[in-house]
Amino acid sequence: MIMAELLLGVVVQGVMTGLVYGLMALGLSVIFGVIRVVNFAHGEFAVLAMYAAWLAHTQWQLDPILAALPIAAGCFAIGYGLQRGLVSPFVGRAEHEQFILLAGVAMVLLNLLLMGFGPDARPVNLPYALDSYAIGPVILDKARLIVAAVALVMTGAVIGFFRFTRTGTAIRACADNLLGAAVVGLDVKRLYALTFGIGLACVGAAGAMLVTISDASPVLAHGFTLQGFIIVIIGGLGSLGGALLGGVLIGVCEALAGFLWQPSMKSLFSFLLLVAVLALRPQGLLGKRA
Amino acid sequence: MRWALGLALAGALLAAPLVAGRYELSVLILVFQFVLMGQAWNLMMGYAGQLSLGHALYVGLGAYVPALLWLHFGVSPLLGVFAGMAAAMLAGAAIGWLGLRFGIEGVYFALLTIAFAEITRVAFDHLPVTGGAGGLFLPVTPEGRAAWWMLDGGPVFFYYVTLALAAGATGVVAWLARSRMGFLWRAVRDDPVAAEALGVNLFRARMQAILVSSAMASVAGVVVAFYYRNLFPSQVFDMSRSIELILAPIIGGLGTVLGPVVGAALLTPAGEALAALVHRAGLDAPGVKAVAYGLLLIAVIWVRPSGIWPWLARRLGVS
Repeated sequence: MIMAELLLGVVVQGVMTGLVYGLMALGLSVIFGVIRVVNFAHGEFAVLAMYAAWLAHTQWQLDPILAALPIAAGCFAIGYGLQRGLVSPFVGRAEHEQFILLAGVAMVLLNLLLMGFGPDARPVNLPYALDSYAIGPVILDKARLIVAAVALVMTGAVIGFFRFTRTGTAIRACADNLLGAAVVGLDVKRLYALTFGIGLACVGAAGAMLVTISDASPVLAHGFTLQGFIIVIIGGLGSLGGALLGGVLIGVCEALAGFLWQPSMKSLFSFLLLVAVLALRPQGLLGKRA
Repeated sequence: MRWALGLALAGALLAAPLVAGRYELSVLILVFQFVLMGQAWNLMMGYAGQLSLGHALYVGLGAYVPALLWLHFGVSPLLGVFAGMAAAMLAGAAIGWLGLRFGIEGVYFALLTIAFAEITRVAFDHLPVTGGAGGLFLPVTPEGRAAWWMLDGGPVFFYYVTLALAAGATGVVAWLARSRMGFLWRAVRDDPVAAEALGVNLFRARMQAILVSSAMASVAGVVVAFYYRNLFPSQVFDMSRSIELILAPIIGGLGTVLGPVVGAALLTPAGEALAALVHRAGLDAPGVKAVAYGLLLIAVIWVRPSGIWPWLARRLGVS
């Protein structure tokens, strides 16, 4: 009985973390789904946002959850500029060329962060870090609960943007039929830049809020990138809801693995889940069959 | 003219240990290792068109298996290399089977290769027989008692070992590129549908490329194990290793015999020169070198997306 309650608590914890992972992976899914460019610098941007949140907290005592919005706006601007200035000529080119380009961007960004902030982990100590609510047998961390709720709202906002606004519809048109979109007069280059910006804004918001759960550190970057890919593929490429589902699944999977086995083995289970999905349902859980 | 140039280069490489110091030798050994690993990766990506971002897995298995056989049973690495090769080919076959059987291609296939490398890394971190996360150390024989058949020796010894391996790998790639198999690989790479329509067995061609590539990569592992004499799963199987080893063939020129050689000969010394430059400028902060290296990669892929060697070969009139 106590075991079941403990497990339930771990699962709820995993769901809440997973919602933030989902928001982060959503950014990757949007960029890959529309521009067909693999953003190998994804995790590096998440770490950039974590440091920005840490800086805002230590300099101006700004709560990371409030800082998430301006940081997302900043990441949007970086993404817009990056697509316009650097990535644009590589759209439609061979995968390995795009890979080298973005791996180069990742290397530069990560090591600039390393130079600026040093290799040590930077913690953000919130006054309510230890507050929690008890709902029946389950104890919810206050910070994690707020972060999960904000991530859910933001994910909903991004999905709503793509579904209901004119610009969102135009971007989906580019993803469905690039030639057709250009023929009817859509400004593809601007829409791609917007898409990259939105993608990075998702990462920025998620990264900023992650400092309430984990310390900011450059070593996290590679893991974030990989995790983002796993989530996108498990959920289904091109399915925005899939990123959310994949994020929650990975969050729960990691929380359970960390609880039942060892925390250092938790990534093993994400990768096994990935291999299983690739073998059994390569289009992902919510993806459409090609 | 071309023969004279080739002979002069071969002579210079053979005589290099006479003039080069310990540091220069260590850089050259690194270059040869990257040539070997780059050629292995080039076979699979450059010739057969399959993007692998997990080649550290094959190098790592090629390092761990002979090292463990030597440590526990005293087996010479000259025999152990074949066991390592078998292990790497087995892993390659598993990845290839999964990928080919379920039609996982492109970026998805690349992710599958990363996943296998990461799974192995975590597994090796927790296995007692591999030394776990604490690492595996290969004791050094006292000076003078070093035995070449146990791959024990100084930098000069390893200079010639890695030179021979790099030259051998380049020769194998040159031969494969002109073989029937090499042509089938390129046909499958350029247009799988047309190749299949002409009766090429896609599964077989791709699997062959994976097996040859993983076997060749595993040989580099023996050098990693017996030259550096310490192995940590978090280093050997790390994704950054897999990325590091594909830079030379891409920058040099994918799908060309000499591309990986040119790439490694430029990138490794460039990295070392950057480090020296940064040191001299008094900017010894960690990361400065990597920032410059990243900018270099962006610049090269921006200016010469199909690699330096095809452009250089045209310029020299040897293509």
